[in-house]
Amino acid sequence: MSPRPGFVLEVDRSTPPTLFWHGEGFHLERLPVGSRVIYPPEPLPALTDPDAAIADALEHPLGDTPPLRALLRGGMKLTIAFDDVSLPLPPMRAPDVRQRVIEAVLDLAAEAGVDDVVLVAALALHRRMTDDELRHALGERIFNAFAPHDLLTQHDAEDPDNLVHLGLTDEGEDVELNRRAVESDLLVYVNINLVAMDGGHKSVATGLSSYKSLRHHHNVRTMEHSRSFMDRHHSELHTSNWRMGKLIAEAGVKVFQIETTLNSNTFPEQFGFLQHREWEWTWKDRAGFAASSKALERTPPELARRIFHSIRSPHQLTSVQAGEVGPVHDRTLEHVHRQQLVTVEGQTDVLTMGLPFISPYNVNSIMNPILVACLGLGYFFNLYRGRPLVREGGVVIMSHPTPWAFHPVHHPSYVDFFEQVLSETTDLHEIEAKYENAFATDPWYVHLYRTSYAYHGVHPFYMWYWCAHALSHVSKVIVVGGDRAAVRRLGFSPATTLADALEMAEDVVGRDPSITHLHAPPLLIADVQ
Amino acid sequence: MPVIADSLAGTRIAVTGATGFLGTALVERLLRSVPGCEVVALVRPGQQLSAAERTRREIVRNDCFDRLREELGDRFEEEIGRRLFTLAGDVARDGLGLDDDGRALLAGCDVVIHSAATVSFDAPLDGAVEVNLLGPSRIAEAIREVRGTGAPLPHLVAVSTAYVNSGHKGDAAEDLITASRWLSMPAWRGEVRHARRARADVEAESRTPERLKEFHARARRELGAAGTSLLADRTEHVREQWVTDRLVQLGRSRAQGLGWPDAYAYTKSLGEQALLETRGDVPVTFVRPSIVESSLAEPRPGWIRGFRMAEPVIISYARGLLSQFPGVPEGTVDVVPVDLVVAAIIAVAARGPDAAGPCVFQIASGARNPLRYGLLVDLIQQWFSEHPLYDNRGQPIVVPDWHFPGRGKVQGQLRRAVKLLSGAERVANQLPIRGERAEFASRLEERRAGAERALDYVELYGAYAETEARFRIDRTLELFDSLDEEDRARFCVDPAVVDWQHYVTEVHLPSVVEHARVRTKPGRRTLASRETRATQAILSDEPRIAVFDLENTLIASNVVESYAWLATRHRERSERARVVGQLLAEAPRLLALDRRDRGDFLRSFYRRYDGAPAARLRLDGCELWSDLLALRAFPDGLARVRRHRLLGHRTVLITGALDFVVEPLRPLFDEIVAARLGEEGGRFTGELVAAPPTGEARALLVEEFARCEGLDKGQIVAYADSTSDLPMLEAAGLPVAVNPEAKLAAIARRRGWPVEQWSRTKGAPARPLAVSGLRAGLRSLAK
Repeated sequence: MSPRPGFVLEVDRSTPPTLFWHGEGFHLERLPVGSRVIYPPEPLPALTDPDAAIADALEHPLGDTPPLRALLRGGMKLTIAFDDVSLPLPPMRAPDVRQRVIEAVLDLAAEAGVDDVVLVAALALHRRMTDDELRHALGERIFNAFAPHDLLTQHDAEDPDNLVHLGLTDEGEDVELNRRAVESDLLVYVNINLVAMDGGHKSVATGLSSYKSLRHHHNVRTMEHSRSFMDRHHSELHTSNWRMGKLIAEAGVKVFQIETTLNSNTFPEQFGFLQHREWEWTWKDRAGFAASSKALERTPPELARRIFHSIRSPHQLTSVQAGEVGPVHDRTLEHVHRQQLVTVEGQTDVLTMGLPFISPYNVNSIMNPILVACLGLGYFFNLYRGRPLVREGGVVIMSHPTPWAFHPVHHPSYVDFFEQVLSETTDLHEIEAKYENAFATDPWYVHLYRTSYAYHGVHPFYMWYWCAHALSHVSKVIVVGGDRAAVRRLGFSPATTLADALEMAEDVVGRDPSITHLHAPPLLIADVQ
Repeated sequence: MPVIADSLAGTRIAVTGATGFLGTALVERLLRSVPGCEVVALVRPGQQLSAAERTRREIVRNDCFDRLREELGDRFEEEIGRRLFTLAGDVARDGLGLDDDGRALLAGCDVVIHSAATVSFDAPLDGAVEVNLLGPSRIAEAIREVRGTGAPLPHLVAVSTAYVNSGHKGDAAEDLITASRWLSMPAWRGEVRHARRARADVEAESRTPERLKEFHARARRELGAAGTSLLADRTEHVREQWVTDRLVQLGRSRAQGLGWPDAYAYTKSLGEQALLETRGDVPVTFVRPSIVESSLAEPRPGWIRGFRMAEPVIISYARGLLSQFPGVPEGTVDVVPVDLVVAAIIAVAARGPDAAGPCVFQIASGARNPLRYGLLVDLIQQWFSEHPLYDNRGQPIVVPDWHFPGRGKVQGQLRRAVKLLSGAERVANQLPIRGERAEFASRLEERRAGAERALDYVELYGAYAETEARFRIDRTLELFDSLDEEDRARFCVDPAVVDWQHYVTEVHLPSVVEHARVRTKPGRRTLASRETRATQAILSDEPRIAVFDLENTLIASNVVESYAWLATRHRERSERARVVGQLLAEAPRLLALDRRDRGDFLRSFYRRYDGAPAARLRLDGCELWSDLLALRAFPDGLARVRRHRLLGHRTVLITGALDFVVEPLRPLFDEIVAARLGEEGGRFTGELVAAPPTGEARALLVEEFARCEGLDKGQIVAYADSTSDLPMLEAAGLPVAVNPEAKLAAIARRRGWPVEQWSRTKGAPARPLAVSGLRAGLRSLAK
């Protein structure tokens, strides 16, 4: 039986309550009759033999490029870059896709007698991965073969000696990349395309670049003109990355792109109720929900966080394609859309969403208030194609505990951004003009980014810019069940219950508004007609 | 009889104790109301100020002279210069310590009013004896000595106290002390001898090994491991305080044993006795006021100087610190306004000595117009209900109801409270608490000090509220009646004119509240502004050097934890448990050693690094920061360091932690002073290359840094959390106590140092035990 496509439910009297994520927990909410709930398509079937599929993709590349085997020769310099800890979410069960692909690439390299191979984690301005995380993503074998010899590296966007300026694009954008990647005879990039934003030229142009380069597309103007950044053809962010990709190719950097897609099999068996539609819950789902929500009520937040972050997702590979960046990415997007696209008729006055415990930037970490804003207004709001789910001037209601909590190692600049910047203003343009440079060049943040496990000093700004489109589009953002002070600091309105939040929303959008709930994760893209 | 001004015209009047409450009023009144006289103020030269300068600053500039200054206008300075002379001398010294000019000046005096006294009721016995007992005799002797043979001797008016004769119930007549039926007078010479010996004895006892050990222990309890020099200072201070307390106690016991309320009345009565015996031909008159309080009308209603007896009791009550004061409601509190006392003294001086020999004038209200204790309490309670004082948070303080308990009961309650609070304080000081909890502990100290003070008041002044002697003032009234009408209006001495309700509520209380530095307005303005000012001084854009301690100032961790992490990083899980178990077992010993001497502790602890691979530990230092220390860091603290750097200040980290452990903090500091281990063949030796900077060494280091930068003490900012850093904090002009432990919290509170409460990042992952790889272990369990 083929998996059922996505589905838009209209709530009626007989509809059971709807599951809302709420950080490290979830609850059931009764939506008003007439509300819509958008469910993602069911998980696509996995490739039956992933290793064979990978080998096949490497043998039969897309676009104008010979097979990988033909590109490899003895004495060459080979660099394999791979996506960092921000993908996939939650981290997948071993073996990770990156491990499978890189092992395949390394086998071919070994056959061809390539002995100068370096692995690079494409961090951009993300935090460095810990040894445990690298071991998980690459597997023991690769880790033990490369790490002791310093051949397993992590991109350092603040190491002037290991960056190369390739020139300016037609639009005057700096392109500065990892020296090893640029100076290699072949750069193989191994990606995981969880959402439509990932991959393509963004992989190399962003993942292996520096602040000097990134600031050309990671800024307020670009984000306001990316509608949405999940739709590459309407995304200024991607247009800029594509220009850079062109320049990189012209500069003679030979990129062999390997992209993979996963199905939406996001949560393990015991959390099955998170994958199923409420009216179809089995007794096992009900029991699972009741047991876990009861248990979580009594669990200290710190422990709950540890439990959730130890979840390993049973994601499975649905496609792998390799070759030239453009054609590869087009094929990848087809697979992503096949898994995530849901047709939705018309926009809504009020968009509700339950935000989970994880975002790309708090793997094994704390989802601080800025990341809450980014996940809701950056990621979830932008999960659309065509028009935004919520109408212009509408209201977004997010459910998340939004604790005033920060990870001191991972997010040091976030603490200061929250305390020093957001306490002054939440205005994007003002923040960008007045504070960005100081944070981006702060030597202490640079030091922590390079030597500890900290996101770059400028990273919280990017998270805030990620909300740019949503903030200019909606007229009110309400957070249900959040820390009131933290929610206010973000410039949003706190509400105790969903019912209160809906009442508050009516003050903005009028009586009896249309309400739509984004039932994610698992992730979906709303194709708004 | 001639009017007072006439009879004193052309005379020269010496006043001793002119810088005191009564003396100032007396000098002013003489200059204002007796225009024809000259006044010679006998003033003790101060340590910094000459006697003349003290006269100018402490007498003439007092607001007592405002009225005269206004009346005379431009002529004020000239008039003062012409009529007020300073005689440098000291009544506690034989011969008054006069020089030739002084003797000449004294020789020209016609009247000497002796009002100098140690009025403090809790003066040490020997001090009170020197001034109160021997003072009057010394004056008489000096008078005889300076006056040439044949010349008339000046009239000595000796101000004493009505309480010299208060040990019995009923009337206390204006009799010479020697004539009192109810007193058992010891021989004054013997008392002097014993008092002087007591000082020597107590001093000697305070220097016995047992006592010195006890004082040292007490200083240590207070300061912790603050270093030898500070502890020595403190120990000596404790010893001196002990000697004083002991002598105060001796005086009180001796006085009460003989039937006087306190050492003041006791020494004063012996002083009267001594004067009668030693005066020779000097004509003497005694004036005995009861409790002298603020003025009724002259120079202005409510004038008062100093803060002595009823005032602190009243303020303590209004602040809610003293909820009970013993006394019977129908008893009499014998209060007399200062201007009535001054008038009586002047009238006595004008009258001249009695031909029949020394006589006594009492000036008190009890027999003529008694102020009942019950009424006084009602008036005070009512007044403070309408005009409450405000606490630190700007909230009005509600005054407690008064129940007129017996003295024994109140003393018992207060003694129990003091005992309980000191016990709690001792416990709190031993506990490893810091931050806001330590703040609470330091408030315990404040509460204990308050209870002690209340107990002191009750023990000292309780007798005054319970005195049942009625001081007769017949002779004084007789003198008053003999005056003409103009003088009676001008020099009123009759307590019958006092309307107590008016006096207490309109005159005295407003004046007391004005003089006490208390908050009379709501709102929290003043406190906030003080903190803001301190922060502004610290974070000013002028050059500064900011010195930080590490442990518990910037990071809630310690060298033991770092060691545990480093020692377990490359070990098997079972071995990790063993290392941690060993450390836990040793914890009490390590803690005790650390408390005793930080330097010794570090030296002995770092031996554990003997043979450790240096290169690997240096690499691990970075991971230690990310895996443990950063989680324990105070973001506000790191932000403060960064703020200093942004302002262009020099930042310095001084720590006993090892250099490779603090290396990740390098970008935050211009200088890092840390402990460094010796190295041989790539392995650590376990011995320190140089002694880690602790205690006074830190202070010297900080001063050296400042000198190199050309900065002075006022430009040094120091941040630390414990009393072991006290020398460093004291070396800085801008010390800041960060998350202070109880002892430092108490010190910071007393000295008004800013206190910062910095905490770890909210919601940061907890690491109950500093074992590396713990998280990975947990994860593997969760799988």
